[in-house]
Amino acid sequence: MTTTTRPDERPGLPAHSRSFGARLAAGAATPGGAVYVLVLVLLVSIIISNPNFGEPGALIRFAGRTAPIAIAAMGQYYVIVSGEFDLSMGAVVTTQVVIAGNMAGDDSSQVVPVLVLMLVVGALIGLVNGLVTTLLRVPSFIVTLGTMLALFGFLRYRAGVAPAGNPVDEFREIGRGGIQDVPVVEVIPYPLIIVVVLATLAAFSMRRPFGRSLVATGDNPDAARLGGTSVWWVKTRAFMISSLSATVAGIILVGYAGGRAVGQGYEFSAITAVVVGGVVLGGGRGWVLSAAAGAYALELLFVLLTVLHVPSTWRDSVQGLIIIVAVAASARVWQVGRRGGAPPPTTEPDPINDPINDPTTDSATPTPPTPGTHQGEHR
Amino acid sequence: MKRHATRRIFAAAAALTLLAACGSDSDDSSSDDSDQWYVQADFDEQNAQRDATFEGDPATPWLQYIDGEMTDTAAFASPGAKKVCFANASVSNPWRQTGFLTMQQQLEVLVGQGAISEMETRDAQDDDNTQIADIDYFISEGNCDAFIISPNSTAAITPAVERACETGKPVVVFDRGVETDCATTFIHPIGGYAWGIDTAEFLVDNLEEGDKVIALRILPGVDVLETRWAAAEKILDENGIEHEDHFTGADPTEIKKIISDALVQGDVDGVWMDAGDGAVAAIEAFEDAGVDYPVMTGEDEMSFLRKWEDTGLTGLAPVYSNFQWRTPLLAVQMIFAGQPVPAEWVLPQTPITEDERAEYLAANEGLPDGHYAKFGGEDLPGFPQVWIDREVG
Amino acid sequence: MRGRSAGLSSTAIVYLVLLATTVVGAVLTATVGRNFFSSGNISAILTATSILGLIAIGQTLVILVGSLDLSVPYVVSLASIIGGTTMAGESGNIVPAVLLTLAVAAAIGLANGLVVSQLHVHGFIATLGVGLVVSGYIGTNYQGSSGSAPKAFRAVDEAKIGPVPVSVLIMLALAALAFLMLSRTRIGHHMYAVGGSPEVARLSGLRTSPPVVVAHVLCSVLAGVAGLLLLSRLSVGSPTIGSQGGYDLLSIAAVVLGGTLLAGGRGGIVGTLGGVAIFAVMDNTMGALEVNPFLKDVVRGVIIIAAVAVYARRNLQVRPARFDRSVPPAPAGSTPPPAQEVR
Repeated sequence: MTTTTRPDERPGLPAHSRSFGARLAAGAATPGGAVYVLVLVLLVSIIISNPNFGEPGALIRFAGRTAPIAIAAMGQYYVIVSGEFDLSMGAVVTTQVVIAGNMAGDDSSQVVPVLVLMLVVGALIGLVNGLVTTLLRVPSFIVTLGTMLALFGFLRYRAGVAPAGNPVDEFREIGRGGIQDVPVVEVIPYPLIIVVVLATLAAFSMRRPFGRSLVATGDNPDAARLGGTSVWWVKTRAFMISSLSATVAGIILVGYAGGRAVGQGYEFSAITAVVVGGVVLGGGRGWVLSAAAGAYALELLFVLLTVLHVPSTWRDSVQGLIIIVAVAASARVWQVGRRGGAPPPTTEPDPINDPINDPTTDSATPTPPTPGTHQGEHR
Repeated sequence: MKRHATRRIFAAAAALTLLAACGSDSDDSSSDDSDQWYVQADFDEQNAQRDATFEGDPATPWLQYIDGEMTDTAAFASPGAKKVCFANASVSNPWRQTGFLTMQQQLEVLVGQGAISEMETRDAQDDDNTQIADIDYFISEGNCDAFIISPNSTAAITPAVERACETGKPVVVFDRGVETDCATTFIHPIGGYAWGIDTAEFLVDNLEEGDKVIALRILPGVDVLETRWAAAEKILDENGIEHEDHFTGADPTEIKKIISDALVQGDVDGVWMDAGDGAVAAIEAFEDAGVDYPVMTGEDEMSFLRKWEDTGLTGLAPVYSNFQWRTPLLAVQMIFAGQPVPAEWVLPQTPITEDERAEYLAANEGLPDGHYAKFGGEDLPGFPQVWIDREVG
Repeated sequence: MRGRSAGLSSTAIVYLVLLATTVVGAVLTATVGRNFFSSGNISAILTATSILGLIAIGQTLVILVGSLDLSVPYVVSLASIIGGTTMAGESGNIVPAVLLTLAVAAAIGLANGLVVSQLHVHGFIATLGVGLVVSGYIGTNYQGSSGSAPKAFRAVDEAKIGPVPVSVLIMLALAALAFLMLSRTRIGHHMYAVGGSPEVARLSGLRTSPPVVVAHVLCSVLAGVAGLLLLSRLSVGSPTIGSQGGYDLLSIAAVVLGGTLLAGGRGGIVGTLGGVAIFAVMDNTMGALEVNPFLKDVVRGVIIIAAVAVYARRNLQVRPARFDRSVPPAPAGSTPPPAQEVR
């Protein structure tokens, strides 16, 4: 069963050798592809409901403001695809917002040092999460839950409930500003540029050996280990990427909105975005760009609810139904794909995924294991 | 296998339908639930209290009260320093934090005067169940001479407050109320309706009929917040101001998105908030969209006052008097001195207008954005450093 | 079966940790001039275990079958509201109110279970989604405390036998039932089997859905009981009481602190009760010391990680060379497999 796993940009689609159109259609029928269709459908529904949202200026601003959650979702993707969770993301965002507010308060010469400090802090938190998970063998759900409690508690204890204020305007420009006077769209927000650059890097990284080891690790850690992957280091890097992405999200958010109370619940938003993007909790399957698309789909859904004047108290319910349906649908598609609706991908054998000597790999059961609760037998 | 899969889908679809059905059943009952929070008598009472005469020195508003029934405390009169037990709902937002800092400095003064020996604090972290346990713990283990309770919610904490009253010791309740009058005194500013009336009247005065107001609310189900909107909504409706309300969780990101989306859909002429958290984000959304500032009501939080001054928008800072956090300990001192205290101690609650803004900005210069202008602690020891460092507990 | 034997041994560590926590707590409490073992304090600690205990028992079942339940806070809130509004202060309504509440809770659990087992949605997302649905329903329809509990019902929470509150006895009785179910019944054994290795369970001819669905239903029903107990304590139904307590993550933490494997298949009720008690003793001690509420969270976070790391380390040392979970269980005295493959 490990053979169906393919990292991001090498989707082992049956349609690999067919025409572009056919490949597109086949791609859209996978969970990672369907999310783009979902984005499109939501976008069209919004524009039909209120044409104002279709104006280029409105669209680009929307794309810009959704950047932080998309970035966080891509970061969370690395952790999830390696078979783990990162619940500390929201606490990391808040940590960074407090650092920015307290240390880059009114001195613009502090912007660069503070940014560096924030990235270092982000990397360190990720390193701790990763090492405790891999070396001390504590489930990441618990590690990052503990990190979340500890970080939130420490922040509030030291800094009070709120940062002293917003960081200087130069700092906030990163999240609030953009390239002005652009034809048609008026402005290109910096966050949009950041998310595009990071998405490109992410897509690239998933084609590299690191990305492939990551997916292999999530799919079957034992096989990955036997294949020579340093599982602890691969996962630890995933946690660092996750925390760093939360850091970047924090940098943008403190610019976009400033203030306090930013970041609470961000981990749930990010995880939701990742699964709406067709990435499977439990690891081993899903595309990084689909995670970002999942974030866009969710935010579009919220806009649609606003446009349709759904009472704000009902939005939780709608969101709840949508994520269940989205994930159920993708579970079905993965399942059908694996049941032999398609022949096994024809790509070259992957030594990392070779299940030899792995007592737990049961190639006789190519169905997703348990009812929903286990995405792979290696949970 | 195929049939099996189909059956599964049916089963699961049935489950989801079940959930959805739970939802749709309620539609009929839900339509008028906002009325749950609107009590005409309370509205009228608080409306009248806005113009009432307060007894006492306006320089110490935390000791002012509206003339009314007094509790005779002669039976409590006794010499010596007393131990106070404080069951606090939480310090999880800047308003409560500012208040708690003020309370601790007030405590320092009273300890110095020999009126109070110590204050033991238990913090319920926003949980009714924890607060009930905290109060019961105080009753059985605390060796308390008096109880101060800042209830996490009104109805749920009532039985525990009654148990505290049954000890025969003085009980001081402040901020949110409880559904019993057994407490020696219940200290609170005028209330949520007054907030709603002040803010909605300001919007009505500065807007035209048919203008649109976005109401940014923190979360549903909290009475002190619900009554603010209930009163405001009523007045806005009566005056033909269009409005739509959103729950934001006080998250500035959420606030900015809501305003941005509203601006894409059409003009927004006014913004109403049930607390000042995130007011700046709301204002910035107008800036980023390149449209005129709205008429706006925030709160006396420094971040809003500063942004208000910078932008010069038409605004009002309603106040839920933070200085009420000084009153409970002073009340305990009075009670053990045998001085009568108001049974319901209604403190003044006056919004900060544009004319008064400069004065409050100057008085609170250098204090952080999460500080509240009407905190009333300028004469306490440690000012201003304690409110800058913000170390709670 | 193997889960039972493994559960016993890790349970011993849990109770050693509880003992250590208690000793440290008693000493620290004494330093501020309090008696940790006074009947008032014991009663306070016990009361603190009742609500979280009920929810954690249910969460244990769900985690044993390899799922999670993030919807518990909303079930708790809804239960307190439905109970409160149905009773409406009349003692004659208590029985129908309790039955209705538990039926609604069971229906939510059924939805969770079916979404997880039939639609193959990960428990995390399924229960998050169902929880959000319920949350929206509550938020739309109940904007403040609703209904009221009659005096007779409020007596449930107030009653005590010696220093032991009746609410704790209810929790312990349900814990005993859950324990018996897991150790003596077919469905209990199947829960361990499905959680331990769904593949092996399936290959050995087990239908994997029923244990998952049953665990979810029981978990929601127990959350419903917790909601009713809170109704009895608060005297009114509250739309936010479940979220206030943060019972979703806290109950999962308590279960894991009790030595149950987050991946499922190993652990048990007795350990979970130990985990809940550790939390209660810790909170009680920090309360007596007037620890800053935010620092309490730091301590909780560190303790959770440290405790689970200790369990995991011990597992590493005793783990046989090539054992893995598809291999038949080690005899009693061994411990769960390394948590690394877990989550």
